Amino acid sequence: MSAPAPKDPGRLQGRRPSPRRVWGDRLGTLAMLVATVLVLLPVGMILFQIAQKGLGTMSWEFLTQAMPYSYRKIGGGFFNALVGTAIMVGLATAVAVPLGVLAAIYLTEYGKKNLLATLIRFFSDVMTGVPSIFVGLFVYTAFVLPFGFGAVMGAAALAIIMLPIVVRSTEEMLKLVPRELKDASYALGAGTWQTTVRVVLPSALPGITTGVLLAVARAAGETAPLILTTLGAIEIVTKLVGAPISALPLAIFDGARSPFAAGQERAWAGALELLLIVLVFTLLARVAASRSRISR
Amino acid sequence: MNENTISLEENITATERGSEGPAPAFGAPSVFTVRGLGVHYGGLPALRDVSLDVQPREITAIIGPSGCGKSTLIRCFNRMNDLIPGAEVSGEVLYHGEDIYAAGVDPVTVRRRIGMVFQRPNPFPKSVYDNVAFGARINGYKGDMDELVERSLRRAALWDEVKSKLRKSALALSGGQQQRLCIARAIAVEPDVILMDEPASALDPIATVRIEDLMQELKQEYSIVIVTHNMQQAARVSDRTAFLYTEVDEAAGQRWGILVEFGDTSDIFTRPRDKRTEDYVSGRFG
Ligand SMILES: Nc1ncnc2c1ncn2[C@@H]1O[C@H](COP(=O)(O)OP(=O)(O)O)[C@@H](O)[C@H]1O
Ligand SMILES: [Mg+2]
Repeated sequence: MSAPAPKDPGRLQGRRPSPRRVWGDRLGTLAMLVATVLVLLPVGMILFQIAQKGLGTMSWEFLTQAMPYSYRKIGGGFFNALVGTAIMVGLATAVAVPLGVLAAIYLTEYGKKNLLATLIRFFSDVMTGVPSIFVGLFVYTAFVLPFGFGAVMGAAALAIIMLPIVVRSTEEMLKLVPRELKDASYALGAGTWQTTVRVVLPSALPGITTGVLLAVARAAGETAPLILTTLGAIEIVTKLVGAPISALPLAIFDGARSPFAAGQERAWAGALELLLIVLVFTLLARVAASRSRISR
Repeated sequence: MNENTISLEENITATERGSEGPAPAFGAPSVFTVRGLGVHYGGLPALRDVSLDVQPREITAIIGPSGCGKSTLIRCFNRMNDLIPGAEVSGEVLYHGEDIYAAGVDPVTVRRRIGMVFQRPNPFPKSVYDNVAFGARINGYKGDMDELVERSLRRAALWDEVKSKLRKSALALSGGQQQRLCIARAIAVEPDVILMDEPASALDPIATVRIEDLMQELKQEYSIVIVTHNMQQAARVSDRTAFLYTEVDEAAGQRWGILVEFGDTSDIFTRPRDKRTEDYVSGRFG
């Protein structure tokens, strides 16, 4: 039997794509461009406005001085608020990160799909969606009413907000650690905890760091829960309990609400300061993510 | 094996070499005595009624078509199946006469005596040195770590290639080097047995030959069980061969692996007793 004559494959040159496809492509590209611009426009406007209005008052004095005793007075700055934010976000991070990472380890390495793990996942998801003012109300009723306003109360509210973010982002990162690596560790006679500490956590560390930094950025910008838990103060406070304390978002809120130009100017500069802080943490998060060794 | 290495004697010393303590069960010097072994995954059978013996200082090959349960079987030897949710093991696996699935036996202790090398090279994303030192560190090794690392790498025929890059990432090595690193890592805990699940299937032919040569070296000191779907490889390297095959129950829609034949490698390849073995080794299927 002789093979059938090969079919003419046709030439590659000179075939135009159909106009329908070309126009479909162009329309699609245009729609995406428009959408991208629309998404970026508000972000750009916010950045521009804050920079424009904040730069005027932003100065070394602003960064290093506490507020003047009156919103009416010019000068001074938000150093007291910066100190408050640092204390409270620091405390909240110190509590939420170890707890959240341990919970995530429990979810991925121990509990897997048991009842407790399912409950933790469910409540984490619920907590992520709860408006932060509710967290403030809860802390206010449970702790502020009996013990008074203070840094610890604010930190508690921020920790509650950070915890579910840390748990779920860490869990996702731990789940990405390849099964083969864990098997290698177990096959060498490592137990679950040794495998977690020596193999799983180091592999997932960049990703976990990303989640933590995003949670920190989120906490640094929270306003509502602080209104109910720390109240605000114009002087530098380092006491952890029993004294109202300021924070950047609180100071911005108070300044912006005041009827005096000086107070409003400081609020703009404070917004710029907070924006830069959040930006730095977000950028660090991106750097950590790009360092991820899991992506191989 | 060297005496100055990690002491892992928790459960096993008494029966270890049969030289002291009670004589091993069955009076046999076998490293593994497997009797009526079966494995279910989530209630469905994957392996049924496997009985065989693994002798010391020998290479025992497990061959058979894809999906017949070779990996399932080899994972029974160091209780890696424990890590798979829904996996159930029945029957007996005696290690120097001691049932490794007995109630009081910790799988971690078992795995420290019985090392494993996997199909895909899986070095940790750490330095070459830290990879080899991993097992010793988790075991609280008190000796000279540099010496242990060098000795293990030498035994895995990798030392000359990596001695200048011990602190570099293991992921920068070639696939064949990574697999020998994994062997070095397994050797460094001074196991008694090394299990290898298709250790060369992800490697090129030259790297494969190196692994096979290395196995011949290692068999002087260790008992080796190797899974391979490459019959020539089994014929080249092993002393004994187990041929597994898939049995199908059409009515129940189930399939599971069985041990068709187990014997000297030369017998399996030249004088198989079972028709299915003969068909398989002569390349008629699988
Ligand atoms: N983790 C698992 N969960 C469920 N079934 C599995 C699992 N691992 C293997 N099996 C099943 O067990 C059978 C044997 O698999 P395996 O031991 O990997 O075969 P081989 O290594 O010979 O290719 C296959 O049918 C496979 O689908
Ligand atoms: Mg397999």
